[in-house]
Amino acid sequence: MEKLIVSSSPHFNSKTTTSTIMRDVLIALTPAAIASIIYFGLDALILIIVSVGSCVLCEYVSRKVMKRKQTIGDLSAVVTGLLLAFNMPASVSPIIVAFGAVIAIVVVKQMFGGIGQNFVNPALTARIVLMNSFPSKMTAWTTTFDGITTATPLGILGEGTGETLPTYFEMFIGNRAGCLGETCILALLIGGIYLVVRKIISPVIPVTYMATAFIFSALLGRDPIMDLLAGGLVLGAVFMATDYATSPIHTKARVVFAIGCGIMTILIREFASLPEGVSYSIMIMNILVPLIERVVKVKPFGFVKKSKEATK
Amino acid sequence: MKKLTHPFKTHGGAHVPHHKNTGHLESVFMPIPQTVVIPMSQHIGAPCKPVVKRGDHVYVGQVVGETTGFVCAPVHASISGKVKEIKQIMLTGGQMIDSVVIESDGLMEMHPDIKAPAEVKTKADLAKIALDSGLVGLGGAGFPAHVKLNIPEGRKIDTLVINAAECEPYVTCDHREALENGKNVMKGICEVKKILDIDRVVIGVEDNKPDAIAELSRLAEETGDSSIEVMSLHAMYPQGAEKILIQAATGRCVETGKLPSDVGCVVMNIGSVSFLDSYMENGIPLIKKRITVDGSAIKNPMNVIVPVGTLIKDVVEFTGGYKSEPKKIIMGGPMMGVAITSDEIPVIKQNNGILCFDEKEAKLDEPSDCIRCGKCVQACPMSLIPTNLEKYSILGKARELIDLDIMTCMECGCCSFTCPAGRRIVQSIRLGKSVVRKAGAK
Repeated sequence: MEKLIVSSSPHFNSKTTTSTIMRDVLIALTPAAIASIIYFGLDALILIIVSVGSCVLCEYVSRKVMKRKQTIGDLSAVVTGLLLAFNMPASVSPIIVAFGAVIAIVVVKQMFGGIGQNFVNPALTARIVLMNSFPSKMTAWTTTFDGITTATPLGILGEGTGETLPTYFEMFIGNRAGCLGETCILALLIGGIYLVVRKIISPVIPVTYMATAFIFSALLGRDPIMDLLAGGLVLGAVFMATDYATSPIHTKARVVFAIGCGIMTILIREFASLPEGVSYSIMIMNILVPLIERVVKVKPFGFVKKSKEATK
Repeated sequence: MKKLTHPFKTHGGAHVPHHKNTGHLESVFMPIPQTVVIPMSQHIGAPCKPVVKRGDHVYVGQVVGETTGFVCAPVHASISGKVKEIKQIMLTGGQMIDSVVIESDGLMEMHPDIKAPAEVKTKADLAKIALDSGLVGLGGAGFPAHVKLNIPEGRKIDTLVINAAECEPYVTCDHREALENGKNVMKGICEVKKILDIDRVVIGVEDNKPDAIAELSRLAEETGDSSIEVMSLHAMYPQGAEKILIQAATGRCVETGKLPSDVGCVVMNIGSVSFLDSYMENGIPLIKKRITVDGSAIKNPMNVIVPVGTLIKDVVEFTGGYKSEPKKIIMGGPMMGVAITSDEIPVIKQNNGILCFDEKEAKLDEPSDCIRCGKCVQACPMSLIPTNLEKYSILGKARELIDLDIMTCMECGCCSFTCPAGRRIVQSIRLGKSVVRKAGAK
């Protein structure tokens, strides 16, 4: 008999791997991607391709330069690329998106150690950097189908430009101005349900986030349905706030995190000069995650309070 | 049929593939092997002292190893014949243990002193026969049964939990025990219940064994005792872990560092109660064991009843040998079993499975970086944070590990199993525990 392998138990692995998880996230993002191409046409398709391509390229090059194991196979860069494209207005130049990819992958993700190590969401942070670097280009919203310059529903509300608001139904199916991936709520919800059914994400964060935003918006006398449907709240709640690396790891802390996101989103929309607050609120809560995890703890099974002696 | 008891809610766990390929097959008795090797340590606790020497003739059931302490169980000869030698062998844990090698005379002569014990009346009697019979926890841990049954005076035990969950993949010996020896099981339960003055008995079986549930329910009904309940557990590893099973059966939580008896429970494996009953009938100590032989490298998976001390290679040969070159041999189930270095290790009392994996099955995923998905946190039945424990274990930080309650970990392996990055989480935690122990010793 040849030599036997001896290893510590368990001797079994589940079939779920990092790449199957990322593949499921990509499947969940597909309806929204298709919706964006239907509404914004070729521009959307080009942005998606450029964004995904440059993210994967950035990941490949940075791993190569840092002489680390190649990780493009885990598909996480593809997910980041797709999410980055989803956060862009259709009219933006592909070069800006490619610059965003460098921020997301090289600066935010790889410089902090790669997958699982980044403390803020790469796609969101890239979007915030781009918004501050190219404010006018990043807010050059266009109408669906014909691409005429217009304002987003939140922009109309916040700045009082006097344009007519789309109806709730139009917003639900995504027929409104906005970022590529955020408009079609229906497609995003389908993706979210798929992720929950496949047990990729737990519904805690999206549900708590949306519920908090809804309630808080109603308390402030805003239109809560409008707050849910307009802007990037659903995209953020389902796909951004649930990002593994940057959200808390256990349920109790996730609830606190999501409540924080919800309240902050509405606060920014109501009081800040920006019409939209999803990106900033998630990013701020991302930064607070280590603190939340330190304060909100789970009691292990059969936990006995340690005496002062024992903890010394 | 009587309604099944509904389990209380438990946290975590993992959906492991069941692979219960041998559950429907009748167990087969293995013929007496040429030689058996009987290690002096077949339990948790101090090893026994050999009381036979080279050249001695031994009978079946004769004591060959005496206890050396309280937490210890005697070992008996499983075949009759001549003591060939007493040598040191390496057991699954890596420790070198004196072992009595017996060469069979083919006669299987019983020791003349073996007879049914006097009627068991008191708790002390029960503990005494458990000790004499050499019984250890047959679920896999091998904790001497008499220690468990030695309940301090004045402590009331109200619930007897029978562990027939058998949550480990592949292993089906408890399943077969329920189907083949159900009568002994039920009689054993009634005896223990009577002696320990127990109010309620819960038999926990995972719902992937509907025939065992039906059989046990039928037998429980036959006893006419309504306090014996069969509980159908959701097939979610590790339902058979002692603390989890107690929680499922009674809703009680055994605190860290406490024993089941602290919450009024005694947990016994289904094989253990069944054995106790047959010991009360005939006085034959624990010298044979049902064991599941399975895995991708095994030609004919089956349950075999073998004399304790039979070498694994003899057992495998009896079942029909290897289908392909085994790359990994595991004593026990794939979740908590121990991988061994050769097939020349004997079967001991608490073994319940021999799994031989071929190259494909033995291969584990290459570990990659943690993606903080939290699957290990959700899976941990002890509500720990395995990923953080792993991180600090690798860094060797004792303080942080104590803060994270590392010692609560029971090493069930759910975290490593579910980890999509293929990280060896529980393996690192084991190292972390030794870091903590060392720091404590300082």
